[in-house]
Amino acid sequence: MTDLQWQLIDFFQALAAGLMVGGTYGLMCLGLGIIFGVMRVVNFAQGDFMMLGMYIAYYLVTGFGVLAFLGPYVGPIVAATLAGPIVFVIGWLLHRYLISQVTGVRVISAEAEGHYAQIILTLGVALVLQNGGLLLFGSRPVSVQTPLSRESWEIGLVFLNQARTVAFVFAVGFALALYVFLSRSPLGKAIRAAADNPVAAAYVGVDVDRSYRIAFGLGVGITAVAGGLIASSQSFQPYIGFDFVIVMYAGVVLGGMGSILGSFWGGLTIGLVQQMSTLVLPYQLQNTAIFVVFLLIIFLRPHGMFGRVFERT
Amino acid sequence: MLARGSIARHYLAIAICAAIYLIVGLEVSNSYYQLIMTLVMIWAAMGLSWNMLSGYSGTISFGHAAFFGLGGYTMTIAFVQFGLTPWLGIPLGIGVGILAGVVIGLPTFRLRGHYFALSMLAYPLAMLNLFEWLGYQEVSLPMKREAAMWYAQFDDPRAYMALALILTVVCLVISLRVEYSRFGRSLLAIKQNEAAAEAAGIDAMRAKMQAMMISAAMAAAAGGLYAVVLLVVTPQTMFGMLVSAQALIVCLFGGVGVVWGPVIGAAVLVPLAELLNAELGNVLPGIQGVVYGVAIILIILVAPEGVYWALRDGFSRRRFRADPKPAAAEPAAETSIVSRDAAAAATAASPIVAAPTLQTMDATSAMTSCSRRLPSEPLLSLEGVSRAFGGLKAVDDVSLGVAEGRIHGIIGPNGAGKTTLFNIINGFLGADAGRITFAGHDLTGLKPHDVCRRGIGRTFQIVRSFARMSVLDNVKVAAQGGAADDAAARSLALEALAEVGLAEALIDAVPRNLTTKQLRLMELARALAPRPRLLLLDETLAGLGHDELEEVLDVIRKVNARGVTIVIIEHTMQAMVKLAHYFSVLDHGRLIASGHPAEVLSNATVIEAYLGRKWVERAQYPLP
Repeated sequence: MTDLQWQLIDFFQALAAGLMVGGTYGLMCLGLGIIFGVMRVVNFAQGDFMMLGMYIAYYLVTGFGVLAFLGPYVGPIVAATLAGPIVFVIGWLLHRYLISQVTGVRVISAEAEGHYAQIILTLGVALVLQNGGLLLFGSRPVSVQTPLSRESWEIGLVFLNQARTVAFVFAVGFALALYVFLSRSPLGKAIRAAADNPVAAAYVGVDVDRSYRIAFGLGVGITAVAGGLIASSQSFQPYIGFDFVIVMYAGVVLGGMGSILGSFWGGLTIGLVQQMSTLVLPYQLQNTAIFVVFLLIIFLRPHGMFGRVFERT
Repeated sequence: MLARGSIARHYLAIAICAAIYLIVGLEVSNSYYQLIMTLVMIWAAMGLSWNMLSGYSGTISFGHAAFFGLGGYTMTIAFVQFGLTPWLGIPLGIGVGILAGVVIGLPTFRLRGHYFALSMLAYPLAMLNLFEWLGYQEVSLPMKREAAMWYAQFDDPRAYMALALILTVVCLVISLRVEYSRFGRSLLAIKQNEAAAEAAGIDAMRAKMQAMMISAAMAAAAGGLYAVVLLVVTPQTMFGMLVSAQALIVCLFGGVGVVWGPVIGAAVLVPLAELLNAELGNVLPGIQGVVYGVAIILIILVAPEGVYWALRDGFSRRRFRADPKPAAAEPAAETSIVSRDAAAAATAASPIVAAPTLQTMDATSAMTSCSRRLPSEPLLSLEGVSRAFGGLKAVDDVSLGVAEGRIHGIIGPNGAGKTTLFNIINGFLGADAGRITFAGHDLTGLKPHDVCRRGIGRTFQIVRSFARMSVLDNVKVAAQGGAADDAAARSLALEALAEVGLAEALIDAVPRNLTTKQLRLMELARALAPRPRLLLLDETLAGLGHDELEEVLDVIRKVNARGVTIVIIEHTMQAMVKLAHYFSVLDHGRLIASGHPAEVLSNATVIEAYLGRKWVERAQYPLP
């Protein structure tokens, strides 16, 4: 085969890998997108909730072996899905007792200082989760071993890792189900109303604080599911969260602030960028490519970021 | 900030604390404790660095590890590869840090709030990957047996402690000098209200850039010294998230925006975390991070201002209770103001029936006298100015001229584009098309502080005060643009406050304790302090009671009478017909009518068509 053909194969290989990874990134970003869109809170701990999801999936599959009977295809998926409700409860409690102290309708009218309190509080939560994770889980990198991790499907000359592909299909399905939930169900509508205009939502009888609480739990829960899915194709340790915080914010910003579905597409794009960058950049600089894209997005889309601030004068 | 005591007292406190620290440090024989004492000082310097940018100017940075790491790696690489001594390597690192501050700051300061904080997070993480890729996973400083001093390698760990102490003292002195300077006041104003600071003539971008450079220099120096002390650098220890977090945490814990904050924070948290790590690190790895995390959470919930401010507030409250005199004096002062207001209200209330006609006559005579002395060339002129937000034409092809010496009213319903027009004139927003000239100079494309310096002051629809500054300082910040020194700024500010009639008793009050009227007057004084030729007043009369309205109207007339041209926005006609010499009516971004009040109001069909019958009726103006 000629060089060109090899290059083409590399290209499609990276494209396929990007799509597969991007699917789970998309789901991950969807979780953050709900939180950011609804509450306008920069949640630093989002990556660490993802880490929690990974470890929950890990222990469900390996530690307790409870899911062994489900087999290699279904087991890891079920484990990842179960991570969702568990982290939902943790997030719900955290919001109820900590984060609600510095967010909510009360804070929205406040100027910048209110936001800083939120950012810094979640930074504290992130540090506790990370280092608490180190205490609980140890620093040794682990991964959810399934037979799928080492198997591939071949499409033409392109290989698709089976674990990633299963995760991709599931992530897309999960994202679709969430979309239907948010657009059709009364609770979903209340959450979107609170996102759109919290004060107006409160006037028409939406319990904004409850919407926030549920949105926060839902957001971290979804990201945890995505983490559980990634856990079967990547090794991880308690500090992995920060690596993904930028990935997630890049996706959410790319998808457009406040657009919940947009954040899924944003995440997908970031996955593509990350994998495609390996065509031209060394492997270690994958994440640097994401940072560069992230900065470019922020700089090239200053509208909507500045416009509103000044129109309030 | 609130009264901070004199700078000399702080210097004295620094000298005493440093001396005690040095003596204790020299007495301590356990080398591990000596290391902790060194680290306390390094993190105090790092906290001071963070405080310089984020504490004073309010732009939160999550990326100070970038400067710390660059400082450390520059020194290390220069040492390992070129044999450069740290005595020169650290200054080199500082240079690289400052350069990085400029390169990072230039694009990033265009962002605000969340976006700034998030993108600052990306820089050190990107550098971390980059240095790993470059193969600097772990770089050790080579031991130099000969000429060890020349390579900053000491047998006695107390030498490092002394070096770290010197670094912190230098950072403290720099921070103090900034805090007490005009520059520091500008930063504080930016933190409290960036738009108002710019409108008051402060070049926010430049001030933040300077703060960033000083801050980066401090962080790079701390990073360089850290590497010298530990003798090894890794990307994680230099660029890792924990570095940025630690800078921020010691500062938040100790107190933001005050030099002592980071020092207190470092002195409490660093030993705590280090000792926990040493005692329990084997059994409980990560306990250090958990302690930091819990410390941040508690501090945000319990005392979001930090230990320093919490203690200070506690002390001053107790002192207040112990000494009843000032406590008694204050309410008395307040009642006297209230009663004065009440008296004024009473005198104003009695001739209430006669007042409107008198006022109308006043306005008419003012108008005629004014139109006689109008110069031909307008002071401010807009030609075809447009601005759209997406599909919405907020301002659509507006041309108007404001004659010098006039009170020019811009009226129109909510959403007519009045405030947007002001934002374009004073540079908050760029115009999509059109030209603005002021006194013969083109204003197009100028930034708010430049516009202010050319002689245009403005107030805001919702009062934008510097919430933590006294009334006098609020005005002084604006005055310093036109003043040679602090004393001149102060006298300009006092003059402006006297002009708007804010009682002397109020100049030390904080904005929180003022009434709406007093806030409006304070903002007016702030706009007047740099001695502008033109004032843009955005709904200055909104939310005022009837008597208060008259009072503010009088102030505006008085200011106008000494030659200051005024453009004022209102959406109620009542007050405007008493005040303005000339009207421009905006609706849906377009200028639909302009002329003398009588002309405009006689054009009733136009007004009615655009603004509705009720609006005309509310005007209560004798239509011809």
